[in-house]
Amino acid sequence: MLTYSLRRVLYSIPVLLIASFVLFAGVRATFDPTARLAQSRDPQVQIRERERLGLNDPLVVQYGNWLKNAVHGDFGQSATSREDVSKMISRAMGNTLQLIIIGAVVSVFIAIGIGVFSAVRQYSILDYLFTGLSYIGVAMPPFWFGLLAIEFFVVQHRWFLSVGLHTGDSSGFDLDYLKHLVLPVATLCVQIIASWSRYQRASMLDALSADYVRTARAKGVPRWKVVFKHALRNALIPFVTVVALDFGALFGGLIITETIFSIGGMGRLFYNAILVGDVYVVQAWMILVAVIIILFNLCADLIYGILDPRIRLA
Amino acid sequence: MRTEHDLGDAEPAPFGSPVAAEPMTIGLVEEAEPVARSQWQLFRRRFVKHRLAVIGSIVLILLIILCFGAKYFAFYDRNQQDLLLGPTSPSKAHWMGTDQLGRDTMTEILYAGQVSLKIGLAVALFSTLVGTVIGAAAGYFGKIVDQVLMRLTDLFLVVPAIAVLAVAIKGFGKLQFFADLGQTFVIIFVLAALGWMYIARIVRGQVLSLKEKEFVEAARASGASSWRIIFRHILPNCIGPILVNATLSIAAAIVTESTLSFLGFGIQPPATSWGNMLSSAEGNYNQNTHLLYFPGLMILLTVLCVNFFGDGLRDAFDPQAKH
Repeated sequence: MLTYSLRRVLYSIPVLLIASFVLFAGVRATFDPTARLAQSRDPQVQIRERERLGLNDPLVVQYGNWLKNAVHGDFGQSATSREDVSKMISRAMGNTLQLIIIGAVVSVFIAIGIGVFSAVRQYSILDYLFTGLSYIGVAMPPFWFGLLAIEFFVVQHRWFLSVGLHTGDSSGFDLDYLKHLVLPVATLCVQIIASWSRYQRASMLDALSADYVRTARAKGVPRWKVVFKHALRNALIPFVTVVALDFGALFGGLIITETIFSIGGMGRLFYNAILVGDVYVVQAWMILVAVIIILFNLCADLIYGILDPRIRLA
Repeated sequence: MRTEHDLGDAEPAPFGSPVAAEPMTIGLVEEAEPVARSQWQLFRRRFVKHRLAVIGSIVLILLIILCFGAKYFAFYDRNQQDLLLGPTSPSKAHWMGTDQLGRDTMTEILYAGQVSLKIGLAVALFSTLVGTVIGAAAGYFGKIVDQVLMRLTDLFLVVPAIAVLAVAIKGFGKLQFFADLGQTFVIIFVLAALGWMYIARIVRGQVLSLKEKEFVEAARASGASSWRIIFRHILPNCIGPILVNATLSIAAAIVTESTLSFLGFGIQPPATSWGNMLSSAEGNYNQNTHLLYFPGLMILLTVLCVNFFGDGLRDAFDPQAKH
């Protein structure tokens, strides 16, 4: 297990370095942090600023400097507000983590629940209903779901709230927070629940028709034990991979969700940064999210290794 | 969006493979098999059995005809405003209502559909072509090409696609060459350029298993060049997974484009697509909700139909595939 974990960790380092360099180069080629200064009367201003920010160095040198600072937690200053990017990100991270952790947990449980139920009661009315809903869930653009949810649950029925995560200065875990949380989490998760539940159903069906399940039933193991202990444990292995692969999509979904629901998190930070062309925020955001996703994939690989001994021994 | 995931390792159906088909026709006497069916007939029968797929393809064809023939089918002129009328709910005169300027929403939806469908179809076409060639090369030649391809896909998996696409559209849109070709082209280019990896991986998997087969060995022994083997012998046998994934990538491209346009990174007004129609409808809660419903319904309908069509194709190509 230790060699397996170590190998996974070591492999993710070059991926991370290459990914961050490609992203760095791409963002630099797209945005010019001194673009606004081009309009100033004194042409020297832009030249001096470029010199100060080190934009005339070769790209690799710039990347090296950036990486050196980034490792120390310094992502530079916002090109528009002059605020420290690291501060902006740590402020945004709070809201985002709430959304993403709650969203991921909710999606995993609902998807497993639906998947297992549909597999155990294959071809029942509810199975058909879930199948139909999952087709719609996959086909529906999440942002449209968000807009419809606001229209129906906030404007027409006033059951939930749609701006931010708290009303006024209130904070903490209370009814107000829950009312704010339901719709963004639903918007973030609807597509993912739809596709994950299909996966869980398929892998559960596979597991249920396996020989060891027949053996267990023949031995007289109670049905619930066969389903949850023998079949589900094996059906979870492919599910873990799918969850890990789709985790990046959750971060993409944040951009949509936080924009629609005006939540000051990472997604909105990125959205605003792109609109005003704030290079340093975009750059730090992309690379940070890449790190998070790689770390998450790493965790998934390790869980995978725990669940399936064949993988860690290979 | 990853219903196609399990196809990668599936045993390819010997569809259209000359090696598989020939012994059958030679070995059988005509009378012994009263209903001889060609591969195409079998394929069609399996497809027609999937009723939703048939409905999906009919609706899809209708949609394409209506949108691209909007000039002839729309009841109103696209730019015909009626400021005094303003936004109205659906009525007999305007089936989907009118917008703030009193323009007919249905007319606008048909024209916007041209952009959305064009992007979906073009992205699927280009990413499939590029992905197939690169995937086949990676699978057949292995080594460096393979390594580069797999690492590229790894890279793309670690950043949210929407974020990369938003930056890339900005980046390429800035270049004079792309600016001249128009925003639709930039979006098609970026979506295709960053979307071929998935199909490449699938083709690579197929080619890896097919290249060990006897008919490839026979072709190689009779002196066929590598590319001839790839294009004439291997790829025709992967046509199923390729077509199924091409279909599903139409749906993915339409949703991605609408999301980008909704956020303001995609199609810019005054040009319209279903996505940016929704972004101008955002905030119209409580009143004029029809502006919110119809463009979204069109996306939903199109993507549903495309997915059903893809499912039908998959069933038809690979009857053993499980669900």
